[in-house]
Amino acid sequence: MTKIEVTVDGAKVSDEVEPRMLLVQYLREKLGKTGTVIGCDTSNCGACTVHLDGRSVKSCNVLAVQADGHEVTTIEGLAKDGALHPMQAAFHECHALQCGFCTPGMVMQSIDLLNDNPKPDEQQIRQGLEGNLCRCTGYHNIVRAVQTASGQEVNK
Amino acid sequence: MTATAEPQLEIGRDRRRKEDQRLITGRTRWTDNITLPGMLHLAMVRSPFAHAKITNIDTEQAKKAPNVVTVVTGKDLGEEQGSLPNAWPITPDQVTPPHPPVAIDRATFAGEIVAVVVARSAAEARDAAELVDVDYEELPAALDLKEAANDTTLAHPDLGTNKSALWVFDSAEAGTGGNVDEAIQKAREGDGIVIEREYRQQRLIPAFMEPRSTVVDPTGEQITMWSATQIPHILRFLLAAVLGVSESKVRVIAPDVGGGFGGKLQTTPEEFITMVLARRLGKPIKFTETRSESMMAAHHGRDQWQKLTLSAEKDGTVTGFKVELLADLGAHVSLVGGGVPVLGAFMFNAIYKFPAYHFAVQTVLTNKAWTDAYRGAGRPEATYAIERMMTELAAELGVDPLEIREKNWIKHEEFPFTTVAGLEYDSGNYEAATAMAKEHFGYDELRAEQQRRRESNDPVQLGIGVSTFTEMCGLAPSRVLGSLDYGAGGWEHATVRMLATGKVEVITGASAHGQGHETAFSQIVADRLGVPFEDVEVLHGDTQVAPKGLDTYGSRSLVVGGEALVRAADKVIEKAKPIAAHMLEASADDLEFKAGRFGVKGTDQGVAMAEVALATFAAHDLPDGVEPSLDCDATFDPVNFNYPHGTHLCAMEVDTETGAVKMRKYTCVDDIGNVINPLIVAGQVHGGLVQGIAQALWEEAVYDDSGTLVSASFVDYLVPTAADTISFDVDHTTTPALTNTLGTKGVGEAGTIASTPAVVNAVVDAIRQFGVNDVRMPCTPERVWKAINDGGGGDKTTEAAAPHFDDSGETAIADGASE
Repeated sequence: MTKIEVTVDGAKVSDEVEPRMLLVQYLREKLGKTGTVIGCDTSNCGACTVHLDGRSVKSCNVLAVQADGHEVTTIEGLAKDGALHPMQAAFHECHALQCGFCTPGMVMQSIDLLNDNPKPDEQQIRQGLEGNLCRCTGYHNIVRAVQTASGQEVNK
Repeated sequence: MTATAEPQLEIGRDRRRKEDQRLITGRTRWTDNITLPGMLHLAMVRSPFAHAKITNIDTEQAKKAPNVVTVVTGKDLGEEQGSLPNAWPITPDQVTPPHPPVAIDRATFAGEIVAVVVARSAAEARDAAELVDVDYEELPAALDLKEAANDTTLAHPDLGTNKSALWVFDSAEAGTGGNVDEAIQKAREGDGIVIEREYRQQRLIPAFMEPRSTVVDPTGEQITMWSATQIPHILRFLLAAVLGVSESKVRVIAPDVGGGFGGKLQTTPEEFITMVLARRLGKPIKFTETRSESMMAAHHGRDQWQKLTLSAEKDGTVTGFKVELLADLGAHVSLVGGGVPVLGAFMFNAIYKFPAYHFAVQTVLTNKAWTDAYRGAGRPEATYAIERMMTELAAELGVDPLEIREKNWIKHEEFPFTTVAGLEYDSGNYEAATAMAKEHFGYDELRAEQQRRRESNDPVQLGIGVSTFTEMCGLAPSRVLGSLDYGAGGWEHATVRMLATGKVEVITGASAHGQGHETAFSQIVADRLGVPFEDVEVLHGDTQVAPKGLDTYGSRSLVVGGEALVRAADKVIEKAKPIAAHMLEASADDLEFKAGRFGVKGTDQGVAMAEVALATFAAHDLPDGVEPSLDCDATFDPVNFNYPHGTHLCAMEVDTETGAVKMRKYTCVDDIGNVINPLIVAGQVHGGLVQGIAQALWEEAVYDDSGTLVSASFVDYLVPTAADTISFDVDHTTTPALTNTLGTKGVGEAGTIASTPAVVNAVVDAIRQFGVNDVRMPCTPERVWKAINDGGGGDKTTEAAAPHFDDSGETAIADGASE
């Protein structure tokens, strides 16, 4: 067991973890951050995407011990004082989710995408979300949500 | 006229969804989120062989591993585990092998469970599963569908055959049309046209995003199962029926469920095992599958060979359609099983006026994962076949594919129309949808561009694909299901509860897993009862809260469940009326109910529904003999299916040098009757389109020649990404359904049913000048390139999915179902 100290959604936490424990397992099983979900076992689906020091990572691809001393933000840490993050609001407004399982990862990745490129065109949005799978929406409205959150005109 | 502002109707409004708030903030209740005190975890030991005798299972090492509680085999569980049910024996003599959740002496597909480890943590269970030592004696496996149909190798040797059931519909025998063989003969001998084709519906994986998960808590009076399922009510019934537990002692909860697409329309070995072990051990137990397990062992969809013969007169008027299917059941006859192709039986004739029709499906057992419903279930297969064939007929005649369709389709003034398959289509307007789609698409301009590219020998050719689909949905009239030997009815149930505070609780037996019932059903009730949208709470997915229901599949929730809701709400109004009359000291006959208020006709006197609800709750002054409750139930059994239709147009660019295909434009105009929420409808269409497009272009469950699924992860099974897809042009015409009072038709499956043939028709259209008349799905660059260069159908692809661990480069990857 290894002791780690991590800041998760603004709160400092400290735990003894098995070295093999994945960050996503740590978030879900130790911290009860079940908003972050596991959709696959090959790092393809992106459902577990969180921010590690402000950059998106697939938390199934990071060991909990690698997060030691770092800052993690999950979908549960985005809304501030009851106000949704603009990306969350855009997903709601544009009907960019149906079952909602991919949504936490999709929202976290979309925020990272705009951090890199605040005014992406449609193709850049599509490329930027390539690592996150959604089976419900056909991506049509997810693209519109990212356009909305970036303050750009939304295609019909 | 004085302008009295009518309150805005909720029906038809693009309301943002109620369920989003919890989903976008991570406050969700997925089954895997549930943790109970002392909860144990399961790991499954699965057969690596497609077909093998289990000669010995040594569990000693595993049992000694840290925190392992027990390890059980099929022998240990014996009769206690029951046999998984098939609810739809399609013929009286259907051959149905027993299906113990844990295999007892023989594994029948790669991925079948042979032993189960119970441990204090999921990781410890998984570790110990590695220590279970199973001795297998490999048996010959039935893998190829056509070979299996000849009983070359038996999937279940004891049964003596792989042929499970032969189901036939013939219009001459049914009295719904003529003799198809005569029609074909006439076309062959006379100067008619006969088109013969064989199409492959490849095997697909539903690939819902939330892996399946089950938690069972055996403490307390009722055994509670949470499961990532589409069908909590059917699951409860079957757990009780199979395991011999009183139904009243079983509670099933489908909490937030992350997609289904038919893939969670199943009663699974994993659910039964978790239930049996939790009862045995008296402790809560959880099992959550990995994605690889899900791909390997959750049911697959499609997997048919379609032999098709279409006859027509010289002018293109169709005279007959003969459909002969082989359908791969996999190793077991699943819950719906052979019923999936039977659901397609009534749809091959589609929107066209065939005078003669014959359908036959032979279901076949093989040593592969079992198949069952996947979005559309039988109807995409039918639509693909007919829409490809109508395009082939147009090509044969050298006319536009829309022209041949128009020549043969049911005209809007001909409804209601009884088809050659015996269904009565209540309404539709194919002309209107097609006209709108052509305009949006820019059909004539794209045809002109196609011509230019052909003439200039452009290396990138353009193809235009058409699909003028219809489908039958809103499953289903119980009498029809009974006549088809399905084991249950097709009604749906709803309750409306008026709370003392004027809020309304709506309980539905439909079980949403992403569709947005909480929003759409709130809109219906808000209009009906005249209460604010926000004041309606929709409860579902828990058999103790919603005790009656038949769940969500077959585009049924709105058209069947929504109608039940309307009827329950109307009963509430009727029940409230005498109380309102009493409060107003008026006669009930003088009251009218409008916008949430009972008013005395011709006066300004009235009382709001919320006031009636409060007075009923207090019950201080009710009329004599009136019970102090406004709550009402209704159960609706539809009298007919409903028939959404639409015109889908797809433009594909094909690089003739590489075989790469690229979608240029996709336009669809669907007619789904009246729309409750246009935002939700558009979402259903977008998602449906991509699943259908994915069948045409990318997805295929590929088994190698030893029966191992080589596309068992998202690395190899190509669920499309945002970068693979385009934005769609979606619109509607509105011809209300006449079989429910809301005038709605199902939309959940329409996009998937319609889009696959539109895409393949476009790919073939782009390269027909090279002598190509088919490209097998998925239309990979390799297949397209071979079709162009061989002038054939590109039917053999050696590497549909990337081979793994293949040093020699010689491993033969079978095409599709390893033919």
